[in-house]
Amino acid sequence: MRDAFVAKLTTAAADDPRIMLLVGDLGFGVVANFGDAFPRQFLNCGVAEQSMVGIAAGMAASGRRPFVYSIANFPTLRPLEQIRNDVCYHGLGVTIVSVGAGLAYGALGYTHHAVEDISILRALPGMRVYSPADAMECRAAVEEILKDPSPAYLRLGKNKEPLMHADQPDLSTGAPLLLREGVDVTVLVAGPIVTQALEVAEAAAEEGLSVRVLTCPVIKPLNAEAVRAAAEGTCGIVTLEEHTVMGGFGGAVLEAFAVRGWRTPILPLGLDDAATHIIGGQEWIRERAGLSTEHVHRRIRDFTRQAA
Amino acid sequence: MPEELARLSRLSAVTMCSQSGASHIGAALSVIDILAVLYGEVADVDPHRTEDPSRDIVLVSKGHSASGVYAVLAHAGYFPVAWLDDYYLDGSHLGGHVTAHGIPGVELSTGALGHALPFGVGRALTDRLDGVNRHVFVVLSDGECAEGSNWEAALMAAHHRLGNVTVIVDRNRLQILGRTEDVLGLEPFADKWRAFGWDVTEVDGHDHGQLAAALAPRSGAQEARPRLVIAHTVKGKGVDFMEDKVEWHTLVPSPEHLAAAIAQLETNTTEEPA
Repeated sequence: MRDAFVAKLTTAAADDPRIMLLVGDLGFGVVANFGDAFPRQFLNCGVAEQSMVGIAAGMAASGRRPFVYSIANFPTLRPLEQIRNDVCYHGLGVTIVSVGAGLAYGALGYTHHAVEDISILRALPGMRVYSPADAMECRAAVEEILKDPSPAYLRLGKNKEPLMHADQPDLSTGAPLLLREGVDVTVLVAGPIVTQALEVAEAAAEEGLSVRVLTCPVIKPLNAEAVRAAAEGTCGIVTLEEHTVMGGFGGAVLEAFAVRGWRTPILPLGLDDAATHIIGGQEWIRERAGLSTEHVHRRIRDFTRQAA
Repeated sequence: MPEELARLSRLSAVTMCSQSGASHIGAALSVIDILAVLYGEVADVDPHRTEDPSRDIVLVSKGHSASGVYAVLAHAGYFPVAWLDDYYLDGSHLGGHVTAHGIPGVELSTGALGHALPFGVGRALTDRLDGVNRHVFVVLSDGECAEGSNWEAALMAAHHRLGNVTVIVDRNRLQILGRTEDVLGLEPFADKWRAFGWDVTEVDGHDHGQLAAALAPRSGAQEARPRLVIAHTVKGKGVDFMEDKVEWHTLVPSPEHLAAAIAQLETNTTEEPA
């Protein structure tokens, strides 16, 4: 997904000289080609994220389309006030790109786990939030972002996520994308953790539970009507994300349904309200932090029994 | 021209803060001469070309000096002076921190400190890429130089040899709870900026001639470095009972304070005759 992002931006930058890639001295082996190909559209701002986002805002005010690239929480939480005041307050077309969101940098520790970013970024005014599940959704998200010169956040996995789509999907309406049909319960997923939802759906099918699986890469603006329609005919919606359940993708779905008075049962699944001290890779931590396949399977089974 | 602009702006700023119950008059009086010289003389800006892509960019990072900024802009013709009358009041155009939205002449909304210099560096870098020959001026308070973002951007500007950037620090040596050197010392301040690779000059920040000279275009090797002008100022300048008094960052001038201030400001010019 990371390589897909850089490749997509490289293609776009060849056609649009306004596109800039700003990096906070991260992306070894990933961003160099972009810098070589477009030296006038590439800037390493050093390990200085506040300055980097302020610089991006200044460039956007001068007509550029900067993409600010770093990993985990470094391009989001560290310069949060710059994103809020310099970018969103002024409605500038700066895109924040975080690679390795969720638990992708597992064993590097909690400092490198971006697991509150959706809640925090989607609270900012006018900020569009994209969480693609695979390289195809990532490419589509970059295209959507470039259609509009307004603030955006692109939350990426790391690399080698399995492809969910044969072709680049259309994200223009923000509607969820169907991956697996099912009639009992709907699972809506933001991000690469969709692989786990598909595993659960496979295992559930063996016990006679038919699980519909969709990704929802456009978290904000959320197409609530399409989300509701996506769950039609099933008993309710389970949301799944590699992120705290508080205020994340599930929170966005809950809000959208609550303010409209819709009575669809919803179960948000994600990480607990705890800083993890577990050392291990992405799968290892998922297993122990409330996101094991067995745990998710059990929660979906129980939810379906209650809701049906 | 800047002298009269500064005098009228001081009168307006004190009146605005008193009538609306707003703080920060000390900071406004401190920075008004710097702004009057920038908008009235040095910067290539004009009320009739606020969207002109060749205009100089003036950014005021100390957004709390809004009464002073708005007074200077109004008296320089950027928007009606009548807008100053309801400063900080419900439904006004003008709030208590500098806002760009709908206010001609304001390039960046500020209020949280340490934001304008990185933004200005972004504009200056873009100008260089585009071959645009204009200047970016950023006005900082001295207290806000405790913000790390300023030093991040200072590194960046020096690294890229951004001679098209000038920072003016309003060095009044006071911040909310005390003297800068007691709260979190900045000295040796000029040496710090020099060590960061900036071309540093120091002036009397209320002497318009010194300010204009320090802000004039440079030539030669200096031109290849970002410029830092330490403008030594007096917080509350022009109103004797406010001058160099820490409390006038926060206090609101009463009607009696206002009357006394107006009496001083109407008779005094900002510069003593030579």
